[in-house]
Amino acid sequence: MDGIVQLQRQLVDYNASLFHEGFLDDQFNQLQQLQDESNPDFVVEVVTLFFEDADRLLNELTKALGQPSIDFKRLDAHVHQLKGSSSSIGAQRVHRVCISFRNSCEEQNVEGCLKNLQQVKHEYSLVKSKLETLFRMEQQVLAAGGSVSR
Amino acid sequence: MAAAGNLLSTEMGAGKLHVLAVDDSHVDRKVIERLLKISSCKVTVVESGSRALQYLGLDGDKSSIGFDGVKVNLIMTDYSMPGMTGYELLKRIKESSVFREIPVVVMSSENILTRIDSCLEEGAEEFLLKPVKLSDVKRVTDFIMRGEGKNGTRSLKRSRSDDCTPSLTAAFTSVSHPRDLSSSPPPSIFHSKKSRSSID
Repeated sequence: MDGIVQLQRQLVDYNASLFHEGFLDDQFNQLQQLQDESNPDFVVEVVTLFFEDADRLLNELTKALGQPSIDFKRLDAHVHQLKGSSSSIGAQRVHRVCISFRNSCEEQNVEGCLKNLQQVKHEYSLVKSKLETLFRMEQQVLAAGGSVSR
Repeated sequence: MAAAGNLLSTEMGAGKLHVLAVDDSHVDRKVIERLLKISSCKVTVVESGSRALQYLGLDGDKSSIGFDGVKVNLIMTDYSMPGMTGYELLKRIKESSVFREIPVVVMSSENILTRIDSCLEEGAEEFLLKPVKLSDVKRVTDFIMRGEGKNGTRSLKRSRSDDCTPSLTAAFTSVSHPRDLSSSPPPSIFHSKKSRSSID
């Protein structure tokens, strides 16, 4: 019994830390509220879609910035998509970097774009790792017979 | 206790609102679908304006006269989509004699006043800022349900053609939260046809 309680406490603390540290914002909370017994995997499913989207878009962005002549419109379109999906899941830091990134695109600032790309890759890998940890901890609680309360 | 609200919902019968949601983002499609299902709607989700038109039977292949198939009570569309934007989709729907009465709500992550105005001018019911929340969806669907139920027909139809929207204005102002548009974290801003009627 102690084991479950401890796991649950760790989960609650970890969850809270992601918000305190600004990795996640209220939108993630909104998504958690949409999960219930009839849709127990909703958050994981949405976040998985976000990971797929982000992987694809970061790939496209890297390619686009590697071209001899940079198509800023196309670049901006990709960043806009990434900005949208990160906002939709509450990945606050990724979202914020995307806003700067769009400004760099608008200014046609190559240096700025390259820097923003590095930043967004960094923030994305951080939040991805944290979310994967969060989901793993939830699975541990569930496996131990506990419940993941919202 | 059969209050007016309950009567209206039962007037709709077993029928829930059927909402057609249009968004090119996979993430957003998943979220809006869930939001709508939680709000007790039947949902069809498509990924583009052209798919939406196809679904409605408006893709020019067949005449829409006598097209019996799809009954959609509300369309919620993203604004920025490749190919056909939400604005262009809105225009096509409002140009259709069969479908122009369907309320259309436009969603966008960008709070651009000219964009909002042009959508409202073109006949959008509302403009929602993304990320869309459950409270936004519930408010919209509740409103549509009341509008649908009231006279058994779409009372929105009459209000729009009269271009006199005091009832809509009242409904919107009673639920909208006045927000300072210049404040940085974008809350869900509720733009209604009230602004449109004041332009006219």
